[in-house]
Amino acid sequence: MKRRDFIQKAITASALPLVINGFPVEALADNPIVNFLGKAGAEDRVLVLIQLNGGNDGLNTVIPINQYTNLAKARQNILIQQSKVLALTGNINTGLHPSLSEVRGLYDNGLVNIVQSVGYPDPNFSHFRATDIWLTGSDSNVNEDSGWLGRYLDNKFPNFPTNYPSANYPDPPAIQIGALISPAMQGKNSSLGMSITDPTSFYQFITGTVDPAPNTPAGHELTYVRLVAQQTQQYSGTIKAAADKATNISTLYPTAGQNSLADQLKVVARLIAGGLKTQVYMVSLGGFDTHSAQTVANATETGNHAVLMQRISQAVNAFQDDLKKLAVDDRVLGMTFSEFGRRIKSNDSYGTDHGAAAPLFIFGKNVKPGITGNNPIIPATVSVNDNVPMQIDFRAIYASILKYWFKVSDSELSPLLLNKTFPLLDIIAGGSTSAAEFTEAKIGVLENYPNPATTQTTIKFTCSGGYVKIRLFDNIGREILTVTEDTYSRGTHEVILNTESLNNGTYYYQLQQGASQLMKTLIVAK
Amino acid sequence: MANINRKQFFQNFALETLDDKQLPVYPYKDPSNKELPTSLRKTSTGISEYTGPWGEEQIKHLCRRTLFGVTKADIDFFKTKTMVQAVDSILNISTTDPSPPLNHYSGNANQADADVPLGQTWVNAVDNPNLNGSRRSSFKAWWLSLMVNQDRTIKEKMNLFWHNHFATEANVVQSARTVYNHHKLLRQNCLGNFKTLNRLIATDPAMLIYLNGEQNTKTAPDENYGRELQELFTVGKDLPIYYTEDDVKAAARVMTGWRNSRTTYSSYFDSTRHDTTNKQFSSFYNNTVIVGKTGTNGATEVDDLMTMIFNHNEVAKHIARSIYRFFVYYNIDESVETNVIAPLATIFRNSNYNIKTLMDALLKSEHFYDSLNMGCVIKPPMDHLVGLARTFNLIFPDSTNVATQYGHYLYTQQVGILLGQDIGDAPNVAGWPAYYQSPQYYELWINSDSLPKRNQICDLLVYTGYNRSGFKLILDPIAFVSQFTSPEDPNLLINQITSLLFPIDLSSTSKTQVKTAFLLSGQSSDYYWSDVWNEYVAAPTNNTKKQAVYTRLQGMFKYLFGLAEFQLN
Repeated sequence: MKRRDFIQKAITASALPLVINGFPVEALADNPIVNFLGKAGAEDRVLVLIQLNGGNDGLNTVIPINQYTNLAKARQNILIQQSKVLALTGNINTGLHPSLSEVRGLYDNGLVNIVQSVGYPDPNFSHFRATDIWLTGSDSNVNEDSGWLGRYLDNKFPNFPTNYPSANYPDPPAIQIGALISPAMQGKNSSLGMSITDPTSFYQFITGTVDPAPNTPAGHELTYVRLVAQQTQQYSGTIKAAADKATNISTLYPTAGQNSLADQLKVVARLIAGGLKTQVYMVSLGGFDTHSAQTVANATETGNHAVLMQRISQAVNAFQDDLKKLAVDDRVLGMTFSEFGRRIKSNDSYGTDHGAAAPLFIFGKNVKPGITGNNPIIPATVSVNDNVPMQIDFRAIYASILKYWFKVSDSELSPLLLNKTFPLLDIIAGGSTSAAEFTEAKIGVLENYPNPATTQTTIKFTCSGGYVKIRLFDNIGREILTVTEDTYSRGTHEVILNTESLNNGTYYYQLQQGASQLMKTLIVAK
Repeated sequence: MANINRKQFFQNFALETLDDKQLPVYPYKDPSNKELPTSLRKTSTGISEYTGPWGEEQIKHLCRRTLFGVTKADIDFFKTKTMVQAVDSILNISTTDPSPPLNHYSGNANQADADVPLGQTWVNAVDNPNLNGSRRSSFKAWWLSLMVNQDRTIKEKMNLFWHNHFATEANVVQSARTVYNHHKLLRQNCLGNFKTLNRLIATDPAMLIYLNGEQNTKTAPDENYGRELQELFTVGKDLPIYYTEDDVKAAARVMTGWRNSRTTYSSYFDSTRHDTTNKQFSSFYNNTVIVGKTGTNGATEVDDLMTMIFNHNEVAKHIARSIYRFFVYYNIDESVETNVIAPLATIFRNSNYNIKTLMDALLKSEHFYDSLNMGCVIKPPMDHLVGLARTFNLIFPDSTNVATQYGHYLYTQQVGILLGQDIGDAPNVAGWPAYYQSPQYYELWINSDSLPKRNQICDLLVYTGYNRSGFKLILDPIAFVSQFTSPEDPNLLINQITSLLFPIDLSSTSKTQVKTAFLLSGQSSDYYWSDVWNEYVAAPTNNTKKQAVYTRLQGMFKYLFGLAEFQLN
């Protein structure tokens, strides 16, 4: 039976017990055969990206409880009362915004991985540039045209859009719910994304004689419009058919029109369950640029940010519930992201200005649950410029998803990441073929003395042997210098960092070896 | 009445069923921009005054880029002028403010307005939180009506340019009166002095709300406006080296203390909230120090800030590039940068930032009329919608019933939302991505969601029309073709229509196909159409004879509107 037929029959039969090889599926819930069907191959796997436009305040989303004293000094007027923070099972030091109760439930049920302090060196504070960096996966100072998913899909759909759709690839490579296609889906030759708002209605384009396009800028644009018309026509049938095949089952979705994120995810669930082979979906929620009125005075668990948190929480929970009931949750991985976090220090208007690193959520049945990385360290004295330093490069998440979720080979992976290497993260259950990938490179100790330093300090570290890189960042996340980049033997090593040319202040040094990374604070005080 | 029922609105788009018919596969080699299509452009024309032929081709190009759409009457009007006279006329805008938007909403029981009677303007009334939404809708309907009923000048296009440049969101500003005042400011200065306009915007109440200037104080400076002032409004980030993060912070501190009065709807300076220390700027601004001032003198620091920024040559270049991308094409290669942008920027700077001088130089240049610059703009939604309304002289309700009149304009504005351009509510402070996002630019307007909707609104206006309160908004194809020379001649008629509708004309093969399929209903002789038309003209009140013409024209216009050529400007 072809996979599409299987799904189709599964959906049509959803009111009745589904039978495979004579056994009802309920009785087989944990049977390897069913799991095998669900995990048939990487091409069945779907990634759903949730873009939070505007820059989400990470410190009020995932709250570092063990930093409360210093947080209270830095952002008294917007900080969530400690008693109201939602505790996470098994993690006394980290909690969630009170409006994320459904996400907390998903976490406690092992469906969420929280990745801490995600960012990149030399953060950019412009919405537009920072968004481009996230969507393309480029370095901060590099302008890249193709999107990270566009590059991945380019390999699966060579020469797209020429000769697509085809018998083997009848469905669009990527779907954006909304009116504008994300640059993340921009491939080498064209965007691999298709934009839809209503999957059940499509327009019938007219067929007729087509005049040759002149070789001018006008001819160039004409050709583009014609192509969109042609593709819309070609893919509209398969999308409509998928939408018609499946119905949302979950009763947890808010009423349509109340929560735009939930409305979008509802469409995604329907298309996945309807059997589309599309691997990438993108949805978005705006309003995170909370310069003011992020919280209500003296009721910091309420306000604009709380509303946004609640929307995410309800939407993701309903979506996950729906996927489970539609029996496709095995195939779907979700991830939130935002172009940056916000400043540690709040402003007088109960808001926060543009910042740097922030946590994000990865969710789904096949997530390796838990918290990746450590709580950010909040200094005792926070200036208006201080930012949460990057702990995990966002491209490390991309690399791990590509490798462990989409099963991209090591040789293919490097070009997708623009020929850079990033440590892999243990975020996908059973993702790694060898647990050794995460354990072989181990950093034992990382410390420096004296600290605070005046003219120099010695950084001491223990490693398991191999390529080691230590970089120094300033308080707003700019990369200042590379302390060392070399191959070291197993054991303890020391490198000397000259601090004479550094201004007084707080710095962070990060050691990276293979999949492991560790960050410590360095104070320079002369 | 204030808002069109959303469900009903969507239902007005007739949904068509799909069949399995596939378009032929075309060998498109470069379907969308991965990078800027630099190889296409071979022009090296500059800004010397254009001296070539002044015919329909040039007139249509000027109209498409400076007005919304082009009408046959526009062409006839400008044919009597020289190029210089035509541009002078396009730039000779009215200095009178249009009469302000009206209360169209209070016929609706829950939108009763104790301060403003139905049909009177609300722009001088106090804000009413319950009515702000209705008044903002009134504002948008009114604005759309000004575009549809525009005169033959650049004023409406310039307003849209500045709305995109100093982008704000009415939904964020909330106060309808403040939204209106902001719009009026743009309108009054749209061809005035850019330095003045920029200074006015700096302390404009809507901008103080939108970019948090109101909350920007010495104890907690808010960088939002200080950043966008530099990144978007003036110097930009086009150069590899630009302003620094510290410049953003310094600009924010200069702007501390500006607040809004909720009673006068104007801004004022509160010296107790102002940071009186000196503000040090980076080498990008020649290490300028804006000296901190105390008391009411602190209010003049914003002028010092403007002086410092406008001393930078990049301001004129950044604006020249934005104007170019809005009015000419998005691709600025080396030749355009050297031969067009740089000299335009010099003219702009030397005129002390006079916008009219800049536009005059551009619109009279040989580069503007370069044939390679014709037809290469993908219509923004407003050009698609308002252009369609103007070209076909779409009749909106008159002012007899203000609710009905505004309702139809508001409907049209809301179709604009579906197509991706909600005037008054830009997506964010950078404006619409199609005007700035490299390398796709205009191509961002067109995707699998928006293109079908562009066609659906055309189909709706050709066939069923939009019915509301007893008034039907519908295209009149008979009136449209009647304005042409010898409409009974199908060949001549199609030539005149396609030449007006498309910047890239159809081939004679395609025209023959259109003629045969629609006007001749598959017959091969031209007299088939001529007879039908002449019979109608002889008995215009005979419904059967009228229908024979009408249905053929409907089919033809649906087809022509569905061609990709119709999306170009």
